[in-house]
Amino acid sequence: MGLEILVCMKQVPDTQKVKIDPERGTLIRKGVPSIMNPFDESALELALEIKEAVGGRITVLSMGIPDAECILRDSLTLGAEKAYLLTKGDFAGADTLATSYTISRAIKTIGKYDLLLFGKQAIDGDTAQVGPEVSAYLDLPVVTFVSDVIKVEKRSVVVERMIDNGKQVIKAPIPSVLTVVKARQRLRIPTIDGIVSSFERNVVRLGPDDIGADIKRCGLKGSPTRVKKIFSPEGKGSTSYIEGNLEQMSAEFIDVLKHKGLYRR
Amino acid sequence: MASNGEVWVYAEHDWNKLQDIGIELLSKGRELADELGVKLASVIIGDKVTRHATILFEHGADKVYACEGSKLDNYDTAKYAKVLTDLTGQYKPQVVLFGASARGRDLAPRVASKLRVGLTADCTDLQIGDFKAPDGTEYKKILYQIRPAFGGNIIATIVNPNTRPQMATVREGVMPPPPSKKGKKGEIVKAIIKMQNLPNLTSILHREKTEKKVNLKASRIIVSGGYGVGSKENFAIIRNLASVLGAEVGASRAAVDAGFIEKDHQVGQTGTTVRPALYIACGISGSVQHRAGMDQSAKIVAINNDPEAPIFSIAHYGIIGDLNEVIPMLIEDIKKRRVE
Repeated sequence: MGLEILVCMKQVPDTQKVKIDPERGTLIRKGVPSIMNPFDESALELALEIKEAVGGRITVLSMGIPDAECILRDSLTLGAEKAYLLTKGDFAGADTLATSYTISRAIKTIGKYDLLLFGKQAIDGDTAQVGPEVSAYLDLPVVTFVSDVIKVEKRSVVVERMIDNGKQVIKAPIPSVLTVVKARQRLRIPTIDGIVSSFERNVVRLGPDDIGADIKRCGLKGSPTRVKKIFSPEGKGSTSYIEGNLEQMSAEFIDVLKHKGLYRR
Repeated sequence: MASNGEVWVYAEHDWNKLQDIGIELLSKGRELADELGVKLASVIIGDKVTRHATILFEHGADKVYACEGSKLDNYDTAKYAKVLTDLTGQYKPQVVLFGASARGRDLAPRVASKLRVGLTADCTDLQIGDFKAPDGTEYKKILYQIRPAFGGNIIATIVNPNTRPQMATVREGVMPPPPSKKGKKGEIVKAIIKMQNLPNLTSILHREKTEKKVNLKASRIIVSGGYGVGSKENFAIIRNLASVLGAEVGASRAAVDAGFIEKDHQVGQTGTTVRPALYIACGISGSVQHRAGMDQSAKIVAINNDPEAPIFSIAHYGIIGDLNEVIPMLIEDIKKRRVE
């Protein structure tokens, strides 16, 4: 059948290893390794499985600093055929709307795709918004929180999707955007052949002109949201201890519940 | 860009029932609307949904926008997003809130990008305040959207100074539900949408509701026990505390591995990730793996006899003591107050 599959991915700091500067309340990024967003790994693995099942080609796309090329290179060693990186100062500081605009412009420029896969969210921002927002810009259907692809046909795809208290099986047309939760399979590791053959392929860098983007709609300029303030979460290192004898502790504990609206009935 | 638009809350419903989140959000919505001096409205989309209006009025909505039609029977991203985008364009609310449920996080971004406005995900608090932009422009009474980022390592306050509506999804269980006023009435606005213009893109082939025996994710309160509970038999005191609080029972991996309780209850990196309104950790030392699964809880209480236990570093409230004494006391106290 030969599907054209696009996987969009983000390089993120390993949030498990991020530390906070206790005085300034800012992130200490230094020494924190950068990784491929775990949900994007799942999306890539799913793309590789679809490719194995029905044939096709995989393109990977990312936006970020030049170093984000690493995750695209990794994808090439696993069997992606093409890789594009949106990397220009104009793209920096983008919120989800500006990111989605930029990515949708890039997609319109680089090719026509049957399936467009995203991780459901990135672990640094945790918004889960870019996939659906890109789908709206491209006027394509979107299925979020996909856990598995059950069947791929010429004009449609059948997927399983996780919802709040259950699951659904959805039939979506081709082309569609899918956002992927953690897959059953972990992302495979590259073979020697895969690594060697990836040397022939390059990561193509794209700027605003290459994708016909209006720079007023990219990066910080194109972002309607602003960060007003960043602070460390209350409670971290600021535990208040409930003390006294058992009766006092108990009474104070119940007061806390009441105050938080958690003491009902 | 001052706006006297209303505050809207999207009312989610499924299996013919209003979901808690859409009602819960009315309490915060009420607060915001009062501060802005505007009306609070619920928006409900579906087939024969106007009948839910009474509950929404009784929980604080002044108005209910109802968009009904048999084509809207089951939730569908593209259709519901089209309806909401059209309604927003027509009535121009200044704030639109959604639950940060699978549904809300599916629908809100689709609407936001169509309207070309900002959207803040998974907020844990909302406030009204002023904002001074770096260029000196001052914005009065805009929405502060407060949310965790970087895996809960930081909290950020986000604003949308220039675009309207200001949109956010809000985490479930972090805001107390509004009081209900029996008999309170409001205005129903029947929204008229041209059904033939609704896109028909995806279809649901099958849906199933999983009735989980242990529903950690949906619980507002979780009482968790760790290795410190000591034995399978002694886990009864964790269950008893959960029962009087109307809470679900959680456990650390150490407790599960020791055979004190079934794996369905496990919270943490290899178990379930939870973020209830209240998490009570009893006899749990608080390994990194356990903390990763619960540190985004709105309020954390730790009960442990070891003052050095790492769990205290992320707890909002700590009780240093023997859980075998503290918990029975709590249970008795709660029961006693209930009788009074």
